[in-house]
Amino acid sequence: MATMARSFLQAISKDEAVAPPLRVVQIEGLAVLKMIKHCKEFAPTLVTGQLLGLDVGSVLEVTNCFPFPVRDDDEEIEADGANYQLEMMRCLREVNVDNNTVGWYQSTVLGSYQTVELIETFMNYQENIKRCVCIIYDPSKADLGVLALKALKLSDSFMELYRGGNFTGEKLREKNFSWMDIFEEIPIKVSNSALVSAFMTELETDTPVSQGDYDRLHSSTTPFLENNMEFLIKCMDDLSMEQQKFQYYYRNLSRQQAQQQAWLQKRKTENMARKSAGEEPLPEEDPSNPIFKAIPEPSRLESFLITNQVSNFCGQINGVAGQNFSRLYLTKALHEN
Amino acid sequence: MAAASEHTVLQFVAPSSTATATATTSVLTARIHPLVIFNVCDCFVRRPDSAERVIGTLLGSILPDGTVDIRNSYAVPHNEFSDQVAVDIDYHHNMLASHLKVNPKEIIVGWYSTGAGVNGGSALIHEFYAREVTNPIHLTVDTGFTNGEGTIKAFVSSNLSLGDRQLAAQFQEIPVDLRMVDAERVGFNVLKATSVDKLPNDLEGMELTMERLLTLINDVYKYVDSVVEGQTAPDNNIGRFIADAVASLPKLPPQVFDDLVNDSLQDQLLLLYLSSITRTQLSLAEKLNTAAQML
Repeated sequence: MATMARSFLQAISKDEAVAPPLRVVQIEGLAVLKMIKHCKEFAPTLVTGQLLGLDVGSVLEVTNCFPFPVRDDDEEIEADGANYQLEMMRCLREVNVDNNTVGWYQSTVLGSYQTVELIETFMNYQENIKRCVCIIYDPSKADLGVLALKALKLSDSFMELYRGGNFTGEKLREKNFSWMDIFEEIPIKVSNSALVSAFMTELETDTPVSQGDYDRLHSSTTPFLENNMEFLIKCMDDLSMEQQKFQYYYRNLSRQQAQQQAWLQKRKTENMARKSAGEEPLPEEDPSNPIFKAIPEPSRLESFLITNQVSNFCGQINGVAGQNFSRLYLTKALHEN
Repeated sequence: MAAASEHTVLQFVAPSSTATATATTSVLTARIHPLVIFNVCDCFVRRPDSAERVIGTLLGSILPDGTVDIRNSYAVPHNEFSDQVAVDIDYHHNMLASHLKVNPKEIIVGWYSTGAGVNGGSALIHEFYAREVTNPIHLTVDTGFTNGEGTIKAFVSSNLSLGDRQLAAQFQEIPVDLRMVDAERVGFNVLKATSVDKLPNDLEGMELTMERLLTLINDVYKYVDSVVEGQTAPDNNIGRFIADAVASLPKLPPQVFDDLVNDSLQDQLLLLYLSSITRTQLSLAEKLNTAAQML
């Protein structure tokens, strides 16, 4: 018995040492509905909430969740929010709900969630819990009949870079890091208890057409596309701003280097002259000279995030346009009949 | 009310005893969102070993037409011994305060319990909730599937009194309207199965929907054909429905329709082109940015 216990402990400690990578997020239908309800009721205000569940090997189970009240910047309210969170956790524990925080969920507008705030929140969570996940729900996409749930985490290499705090071109080249490597999307599984499954089978309406079908066939996707384009244009503007920042930096850098060269040339000739005059040569470096001060390289994080957003919008436009094709051909076929 | 207490008669008194309120209670329906059922089931699965049933508070709002919209719920720990019931009132109030912080519009509308029907303890708990809110609703969800199906029933209670003396409470069943629209949006195939490996993506959903539409159209064809051939007795109502459906398609000359479709197609293509070119630009810019080595 003792040996068994020890081997069990060993097994656990071994597991701790090499935590298997997170492969799947398994969400209970209850949590899905709760998230959707919260996000939808408050749309277009962006809301967040906490995910509760269990961490089982490479699967992260999300079994419940609770919403956060809409946040204010007021400090008093913030303290109140922390109290609320503790109170809620305590209450849920009393009715035997898993009270392990495994991450948070948030709503988004047209999938524009790639922000510095999200990364900061994620790093905060990551410090306390080893494995956490962020679930994104997009109410605007849900109107098109899509279950727009996404589970995200930051990639390990990104977290390492972020902790180091430098996003210079050199570092990124070294790591071979590109904007696609910031976020990792984790596949979502939905699970339901047998009881829920029985009830849903029982309650499923007999009509052959569901609300989801109706939403999907709805042909007015123009507002969605328009908004998407608008966001895309805004992002492109931001991106070009970022680009200008870099150009400015590079221009400054090259100017500085030219100045340095000139100075060095001057110093060398001066030294030659001194040498021929039999004097000690002056040092070839002068840290006090302002032209030797390194210009800080702007962080590339922002532009990476914008790039991510842009690519996201492109993806969405592609997807919706693709759907529209099928819709149009369907209308055509129907009309011809 | 004053007149009633003078004569000693056996009477039912609705919880809110004004005549108008009684009138509205008679048409009261409960509209239940699927989340509530999910929540009840989850609580039941997670109940303590000793508990026979779980109870909890229902949150929602009362719509102007008297329908009670039940949108949320939370479990409340309780104990039941033969004829005594202890509800954790502190817990109930804490949880209520927390929920109100998130959504002040959702107020208590009643309570739920698992099990097939109403029993002695229910009357006591109902009395407690009647103090929290006038005319609470009692929802029972039969998680045991006692008669082979998961029955969901809603009740309101009215008091049976003899003069001033309360004799008993009578639970009256009211109609239940299950709002499955939310669930439909998520998709029953996701919520029904005990485990779904992959969420359907846009195109798969579209395909499914189209298939369904196709079968529907085929069904209509079959029906019309069989009526025309005289195999099925014609039903005027169905005929009118079909006529309406066909008429709902706008009548456009082929030329105009073609233009319409082609224009939209071109719009979409333009969008596709734009987004692809942006993507290409992005990857190009990235290469240049990170590869740009100074000196």
